[in-house]
Amino acid sequence: MNQHSMPKLNRRAFVIGTATAGAGLALGLDLPFGGPAVVRAADGAPEINAWVVIRPDDTVVIRIARSEMGQGTLTGLAQLVAEELECDWSKVTTEFPTPGQSVARKRAWGDFSTGGSRGIRTSQEYVRKGGATARVMLIQAAANEWKVPASECTAANSVITHTPSGKTTTYGKVVEAAAKLDPPADVKLKDPKDWKIVGKGVKRLDTSDKTTGKTVYGIDIKLPGMLNAAIKDCPVFGGKLTSFDEAKVMGMKGVKKVVRVNDSAVAVVADTWWHAKTALDALPVVWDEGPNAKVSSATIAKWLGEGLDDSQQAFVGNQNGDVKAAIAGAAKKVEAVYNYPYQNHATMEPMNATALYTSDKCEVWCGTQNGEAAFAATLEASGLPADKCDVHKLMLGGGFGRRGQTDYVRQTVLIAKQMPGTPIKLLWSREEDMQHGLYHPITQCKMTGAFDADNNLTALHIRLSGQSILFSLRPEALVNGKDPVAFQGLNASGEAAIGYTVPNLLVEHSMRNPHVPPGFWRGVNVNHNAIYLECFMDELAQSVGQDPLEFRRRLMTKHPKHLAVLNAVAEKIGWGTPAPQGVYRGIAQHMGYGSYVAGAAEISVTDGTKIKVHRIVAATDPGYAVNPAQIERQIAGSFVYGLTGLFYGGCTVKDGRIEQSNFDNYNSMRINEMPKVESIIMPSGGFWGGVGEPTICVAGPAVLNAYFAATGKRIRSVPLRDQNITFA
Amino acid sequence: MANLTINGKTIDVDVEADTPLLWAIRENVGLTGTKYGCGIAQCGACTVHIDGVAMRSCGVSVSEAVGKQITTIEGLGPNGALHKVQEAWIANDVPQCGYCQSGMIMAVAALLKEKPKPTDQDIDEAITNICRCGTFQQVREAIHEAANA
Repeated sequence: MNQHSMPKLNRRAFVIGTATAGAGLALGLDLPFGGPAVVRAADGAPEINAWVVIRPDDTVVIRIARSEMGQGTLTGLAQLVAEELECDWSKVTTEFPTPGQSVARKRAWGDFSTGGSRGIRTSQEYVRKGGATARVMLIQAAANEWKVPASECTAANSVITHTPSGKTTTYGKVVEAAAKLDPPADVKLKDPKDWKIVGKGVKRLDTSDKTTGKTVYGIDIKLPGMLNAAIKDCPVFGGKLTSFDEAKVMGMKGVKKVVRVNDSAVAVVADTWWHAKTALDALPVVWDEGPNAKVSSATIAKWLGEGLDDSQQAFVGNQNGDVKAAIAGAAKKVEAVYNYPYQNHATMEPMNATALYTSDKCEVWCGTQNGEAAFAATLEASGLPADKCDVHKLMLGGGFGRRGQTDYVRQTVLIAKQMPGTPIKLLWSREEDMQHGLYHPITQCKMTGAFDADNNLTALHIRLSGQSILFSLRPEALVNGKDPVAFQGLNASGEAAIGYTVPNLLVEHSMRNPHVPPGFWRGVNVNHNAIYLECFMDELAQSVGQDPLEFRRRLMTKHPKHLAVLNAVAEKIGWGTPAPQGVYRGIAQHMGYGSYVAGAAEISVTDGTKIKVHRIVAATDPGYAVNPAQIERQIAGSFVYGLTGLFYGGCTVKDGRIEQSNFDNYNSMRINEMPKVESIIMPSGGFWGGVGEPTICVAGPAVLNAYFAATGKRIRSVPLRDQNITFA
Repeated sequence: MANLTINGKTIDVDVEADTPLLWAIRENVGLTGTKYGCGIAQCGACTVHIDGVAMRSCGVSVSEAVGKQITTIEGLGPNGALHKVQEAWIANDVPQCGYCQSGMIMAVAALLKEKPKPTDQDIDEAITNICRCGTFQQVREAIHEAANA
């Protein structure tokens, strides 16, 4: 397989897997099992099980292992537990257990990873069981007290009632007794039709403090004696730190120390971050820029372009029939080449973490999408065992995939290790954040379609060329070298399946990994795969003079769930009826993260270069909708992120480094550019799909297809700013 | 040393005169509701009121703020109660990650003071804060609700 230059193989993910799975067992920690009869929360309230703590005043504390970064998972998971617990929703609060506690309790809270729109869908069953188990124990405790059979008792709103006698008690009154009982071996979960809290658009549990400035994000943590660090990593990825002249800045106000963090980064530690950053800017640094210092967007584009040629090796992701023969024998052939750029996450809160290291303990406070990965990074960087480390999770000022990685945690521990006993908060400047991301991977794609003499689509060839995330971040997850994630939305089946049946289909990926580090991004690969497929579907329809919606429908008869969301947006946008004067429509559908999604856009275009997006209609079938009000917000927000990427995004490479440095040259949509987003939430049941990401992928193709309808011009390259097209 | 008046209290702050007000507020005064997002007055996460006007505090030096009334998110509500914008934000469940929302709320509160019943166009012109989660649809609804409260 071609390598532009061999990226530094990152085996951290593998280390994380083994560290977290093995640590608790290997260390023989003082496990609570067999210890005191009742496990207590920090405030002394008894725990019924890992998920549920109830205080004597009936307050319910629900433990949330997944991270909250705005997507609403904290509230959704609490709804799922509360539903089965039959508790009073108005008395619910939440807390984050630490990964260290989880490891010590044989991973009582399961997976902490919060990415891939998995927060709810991959933990819904065991958190519901946690709630149901606690309910059964609370009822049993009341029945024991009353000396009646538990089967004669019911629970609702945190009140237990003995039906024959009418006696009642509350959860808070029986919790001490309940906590001493053995949990039932098995519990039956409710039929979704009986849900009372799940499926309702209840208010988020974390809103109030976010309106008053009280919420503590990683950047806000304060510890006694804490110092602040600013960091600079080699601007060229893969380069090294040669030297720095600390004498030039040691006399500057507030500066305490200048430290080599690792082989590529230097940090200044000072009393305040502003002093640290001011000194860092003044610090003379010599870099060894390494072998990538000449790489540019042009050299990357050329190399990826070569991968579009069939002579180059490629991994097959999905195949039926014989595409090449069908294309060779076609009455008509259509071909187009598309591309999608690097994108930074640009979370509003730049990367940061705080660490306190002593010779026998290391504690970290940070926002992370993966508490266990942050914990493993802390172990590795500190060199201390699992029972001497912990990570305290704080609210995230945005994640979008970026905070699933732990580079910033590792750096913080490496700095703190050089100043034992002093808490160190490391904060990246926006510039550092912009230039040391883990970027949405770069790809190009050649699309080829073939028709028979009756204008039936006989073949579709999708040839991707570009970067693999797994190659860089999780090489152990490659399948004989192939990155299955690269085919997101184009697979034959599964949680990201293509919605069309074509007699001859070939989807392949020529993997080319430039030195710019890739990472997971909101929607990541479905963003470009949906643009490639759905814009080209429009091209194919147009080439045979067919309506884009009707053309799709004929290919979707075997994909009823894909078709249902497409039909829903078509109907609501008024497809087939006249649009307002000067307004044009585009449509798209796709599948990712287990959910079926479709979008339709109404836009107008001025002078071919100014686009006003008036209206978006978006539909999703996520199987079950835990909180429809939050799903609506995720849908609307996904269009802001997706359209920002389409119009303003794109990170370019010059001299081996990212050119963009801040929001002045990496812009983000504002409220005046926001279209009205109308959501259709149509859960069909029987499966659990994700919510935070899926709809993002139809934003691009719906608008680009509308642009063609308005102008007759195809745009096949992202971002639009590079073509001098912007929001009106 | 600078003498600043923040949320009605006068505080001596030990910083150089050219320190951005944002960092004096966060690090020296310890009010962390005001957020750092870009440092170049682009994103609006650090918006505070200076003599009642919404300003991006990363672009204002401490020396420029001396002698003026500075209001941060912590001091927006009257006597510790919620401001009507905060109430509308809660009623509409506006925040997602919430990081930009202090600045957004401060910008909106200043808008409503100037234009108690803003039109959509007024909102488009006045509210230029970045929100990466994309809460704009709820922001707009909540502004209208606060205006009618």
